[in-house]
Amino acid sequence: MKKKTTRKKGNSFLYTGAVLSGLMLFLILLGCFWTPYSPTAMDAAAKFQAPSWAHLLGTDNFGRDIFSRVLQGADASFLIALCVVGISCTLGVLIGGLCGYYGGLADLALTRLCDSITAFPAILLALVIVSLTGRGKYNVIFALSILFIPSFARVVRSEFARCRELNYVKSARLMGVSDGRILFRHILPNTFPVLLPAVTIGFNNAILSEASMSFLGIGVQPTEASLGLMLSDSQTYLQSAPWYALCTGGAVVLLILGFSLLSEGLQRRNGG
Amino acid sequence: MENVLEVRGLNAWYEEGPALFGSRRRRQVLFDVSFSVGAGEIVGLVGESGSGKTSLSRAVLGLLPDYEGEIVHRSARPQMVFQDPYSSLNPAHSVGWILEEPLRAAGILDAAQRRAAVTELLEKIGLGGDYASRRPSQLSGGQRQRVSIAAAVIAKPRLIVADEPVSALDVTVQAQILRLLAELKEDYELSYLFISHDLNVIWQICSRVLVMKEGRIVEQGPVEEVFDRPRHEYTRQLLAAAG
Repeated sequence: MKKKTTRKKGNSFLYTGAVLSGLMLFLILLGCFWTPYSPTAMDAAAKFQAPSWAHLLGTDNFGRDIFSRVLQGADASFLIALCVVGISCTLGVLIGGLCGYYGGLADLALTRLCDSITAFPAILLALVIVSLTGRGKYNVIFALSILFIPSFARVVRSEFARCRELNYVKSARLMGVSDGRILFRHILPNTFPVLLPAVTIGFNNAILSEASMSFLGIGVQPTEASLGLMLSDSQTYLQSAPWYALCTGGAVVLLILGFSLLSEGLQRRNGG
Repeated sequence: MENVLEVRGLNAWYEEGPALFGSRRRRQVLFDVSFSVGAGEIVGLVGESGSGKTSLSRAVLGLLPDYEGEIVHRSARPQMVFQDPYSSLNPAHSVGWILEEPLRAAGILDAAQRRAAVTELLEKIGLGGDYASRRPSQLSGGQRQRVSIAAAVIAKPRLIVADEPVSALDVTVQAQILRLLAELKEDYELSYLFISHDLNVIWQICSRVLVMKEGRIVEQGPVEEVFDRPRHEYTRQLLAAAG
């Protein structure tokens, strides 16, 4: 009886998250092809206009349409997060999988290395990496990808170590199935229930970290749009044009809320 | 009768202790074990837990790293049927995929032939071809054990090591599984090394029996002879305990 109620609750998380993320994804895709105004078109006559039907989220200090800029900024943030999660998840699965399946000294060393990476605040390490490599979009992706590897490697490693001892993996070894095939066809699909929530959480963290880095001026550089960069601009006008900061911040919140609910729903569905 | 497996003078050790920087102790788990399994024979292996049954099965399957003595196989890859039918099938794949995998690994048949072989075997084990698309989670314990057995025999090994294959199942299902094992033995010309602590099961299905205690085979011979006239004190205790 108790199990049933938690399951129902998990589904509501999952559905709300799916609907919200779906909506955000739609807007992001829309922003790739169409924005109501050009995100870079300045209009000196229309500076700091409050939200209206003409400008849904108002205009900024150059008279640019904030809705169009949010769409474009979300695009950029989304693409960066996608790259970061794609790279760090792939590398994390490779490292975690090999460590968990084979164990041994390399496993010990890599696990400790991952632990020490996670011991530092992510933004601090990102600062260090960016100060070594220089600023800009691609260096942000590089820095965050490295920082996010441990979060994937850890969950994947424990799953591979668990599955290694299961009878179906032993059987596969007896049948003469190759190690690569055991790793990727026999064990990997069984890690999806823990990998999927990790991916959605990682995605959230990537969006947040990118926004923080751009906000601090070490991420995406001006002329390119990014939600963090817009937030950084908007704080100057917090009193004269509060909708600028509120709407940009609101976009970040909604984006992250959707994926958080989605990952929470996924975890609850797996009984986690 | 030719033998599918001959084991002569087998001693085996496990390494114990921390994996790092030496300091590992060597503990002997098998002492001078010799026996054989003839073609078409079902050889029972009994003994209490810790007596070396599992070590012996691992040795037969070629999974022991540290041993002395001879293990001679006539078949290339002996397969294994496990006790727990719940962890022996990969939950991420369909029954059909699981049954095709040994054939893919052997690389002897093309895709269509593999599917045909799977359908044929599913019919034979009493499930029917449409079970190929089902997931292990949709099967009962007995059905899972049927599929596990099918996965072990589909690539036509000569020897199957069955480690307590029925002891996790209901009594009624046990009888069905034992019957299935006997049928498959005829059809696929198999031999079994059948590990069990249930002497009734050994009596029903085996032609010969090995009795193990503390890493040694203390008695072996035809089932009737060993059960009717046990020579070793330990065998007498086992039989008395079984009633």
